[in-house]
Amino acid sequence: MDHIKKKAYLINTIAVVALYLVFFVLIQTKTMNNYFVGIAIMTCIMIIMAMSLNIVAGFLGEMALGHAGFMAIGAYASASFSMALIDSGLPLPQLVILILAMIVGGIVAGIFGFLIGTPTLRLRGDYLGIVTIGFSEIIRIFFINFGPTGGAAGLKGITRLVNFHNVYWVTIIVAFLIFTLGRSKQGRAIISIREDEIAAEAAGIPTTQYKVLAFSLAAFFAGVGGALYAHYQSFLEPSKFGFMFSIEMFVIVVLGGLGSITGSIISAIVLTVLPEMLRSFAEYRLLVYSLVLIIMMIFRPQGIFGRTEFSLTAFIESLIQRKNVKKSIGGGEAS
Amino acid sequence: MKKRVVSVLLVVMFTASIFAFAGCSTSGGSADVVKLGFIGPMTGDAAIYGSSAEEGAQLAVAEINAAGGIDGKNIELVAYDSKADQTEAINAYNRLRDQDGVVAVIGGTLSGETLAMKDIMVQDNMPVLSPTATAVEVTQAAPNVFRACFLDDYQGQAAANFAATTLGAKTAALLIGTGNPYSEGVSEAFKAAFTAKGGTIAGSESYGTADKDFSAQLTKIKEMNPDVVFVPDYVQTVGPILQKAKEMGITAKFVGADGWDGVQEEYADAAQGNYFTNHYAADSPSETVQNFITAYKKEYDKVPNSFAALGYDAVYAMVEAITAAGSTDSADIITALKATDHAGVTGTLKFDEEGNPKDKEVTIIKIDGGQLKFDSTVVNK
Repeated sequence: MDHIKKKAYLINTIAVVALYLVFFVLIQTKTMNNYFVGIAIMTCIMIIMAMSLNIVAGFLGEMALGHAGFMAIGAYASASFSMALIDSGLPLPQLVILILAMIVGGIVAGIFGFLIGTPTLRLRGDYLGIVTIGFSEIIRIFFINFGPTGGAAGLKGITRLVNFHNVYWVTIIVAFLIFTLGRSKQGRAIISIREDEIAAEAAGIPTTQYKVLAFSLAAFFAGVGGALYAHYQSFLEPSKFGFMFSIEMFVIVVLGGLGSITGSIISAIVLTVLPEMLRSFAEYRLLVYSLVLIIMMIFRPQGIFGRTEFSLTAFIESLIQRKNVKKSIGGGEAS
Repeated sequence: MKKRVVSVLLVVMFTASIFAFAGCSTSGGSADVVKLGFIGPMTGDAAIYGSSAEEGAQLAVAEINAAGGIDGKNIELVAYDSKADQTEAINAYNRLRDQDGVVAVIGGTLSGETLAMKDIMVQDNMPVLSPTATAVEVTQAAPNVFRACFLDDYQGQAAANFAATTLGAKTAALLIGTGNPYSEGVSEAFKAAFTAKGGTIAGSESYGTADKDFSAQLTKIKEMNPDVVFVPDYVQTVGPILQKAKEMGITAKFVGADGWDGVQEEYADAAQGNYFTNHYAADSPSETVQNFITAYKKEYDKVPNSFAALGYDAVYAMVEAITAAGSTDSADIITALKATDHAGVTGTLKFDEEGNPKDKEVTIIKIDGGQLKFDSTVVNK
């Protein structure tokens, strides 16, 4: 068992580093210009957002439609923090400022996730969905009217600290953390609530506690995503964090497969890159985008990966032993 | 099994499309085309602003090309939709620069998207002329960013001067949309300038961006009985306000800003006899204006609004600068832009040190019998 685990870690580390090296070379040789780098950065941020939403929507199986609100809190908190830190004149390297800002953004968003989650997680399904919409609207309207962060005109003058290199590694770390969360004791407890709350409770799992934990963790990672967004855009406008943005993230998670982290990653890549690919279609691109969503949902209602995860190790093994093809990538739905 | 095949196909298709996308190379323009970029919202709530400005800009490009282009080179306007979203705007700008290789950018159309792109634009030293972004910060600390429209506070000042001097108003009431930087900004400037002219602000009332009923605010304003009521907001808000005010029998003159453009179409009766400040007047006797309106009507079969006029002027001013610079080098174009002196549809365009229009005249429009009538022009000194 341990041997297999080690092998899996090794293979995945090699893949991650190799992918980074490919991007590194492409960027260094200018094969990938700033336009593509910009899209890649945005894609990484959306991957983080989708994975964090997947903790609530996928692992916990609850409808959370207010993810943009937590992202807004993280973005504004981290931006205010980094601006204050840079103003104070401390000679810190940019990377340190970014890391501190991400932690601050994540923690503030996490605290709000905890505060919101504690009373609202008594609700289930569509009721919880409505409450989370309401909450994210409150946040948006708060920032529209809150003078110190620029109000409706937006927060200006945030230092641009994010580049592809740091955003890539943050995405990898977040992916690793969420993956391990899914396999941990806590993660399994959360998933058991999704499968059957009453049975989980009967088995001695403190369901409320784990629900709040899942919600706060999702908010924390959303805050980290928000911090990256703030330091990539260098300008924040409250109108960006509207209801449609929350829906956009939810669509990514559903399309990738509720509960599948790899599904979220693939789907975030597709849905962030797709509108850009369609840019030359001008006004028809949103039409095509919607059409693709509808077609996807008709043919794969459970999402690209369903609840299964794509495993590179299993994939490689299946390549080696053709016999076991069935157990690899397309290996059936878990449920 | 069939389902599995479909899903695998879908995955393969998307992966392939991503790589195909990443692989497509820079389509460097051929040597005899000068490419200009345009960024603005063409879909979504703010679509009217972006698409109007783009239509004006495209018209200018067509005219310039018909007249021989820049030293015989044709101009091509590459226009991208920003969806009024900052991320989209940044992507669009990056694409204009890297994929399309534009020499200068006309845009962004809204303040928010322009501010989002500003940092990168300054880094690139890209010549930028925004037709309609009014936020003060757009041109600050950005020697390469210019704009064709006057600022919100300049406009508020002009409206106050007009109200105090021409209308002879002694008292004014303000009706402000909170959470709308445009409405707040113009009102602030109006307040300051009107007080400076010896007028009194009888009071100010505010409403939220999503409000549909204004009777409470208007009742209070009726009690104040001011000479003028200043309502700087967009048509969809101003129209119902004017209608309600008429129903309530408020006799004060209503004065507004350029957001009123188009109010005569649906609210002609309610807006009758009121004034607003604008960038140009459609019935102005000026030949440039009339030529523009005729050409625009012929091309798009509708009356141009001020966004179209500003887009049109922005392209002409930019092309003049490129011609004067004699090259498509960024630094040369920026130097030439600084010396711009263009007599356009929206008045004479000259820039101050910051890249804002200098001493541009503000046109006062009167709504009369469902028509926008040219009233006068105001220049703030």
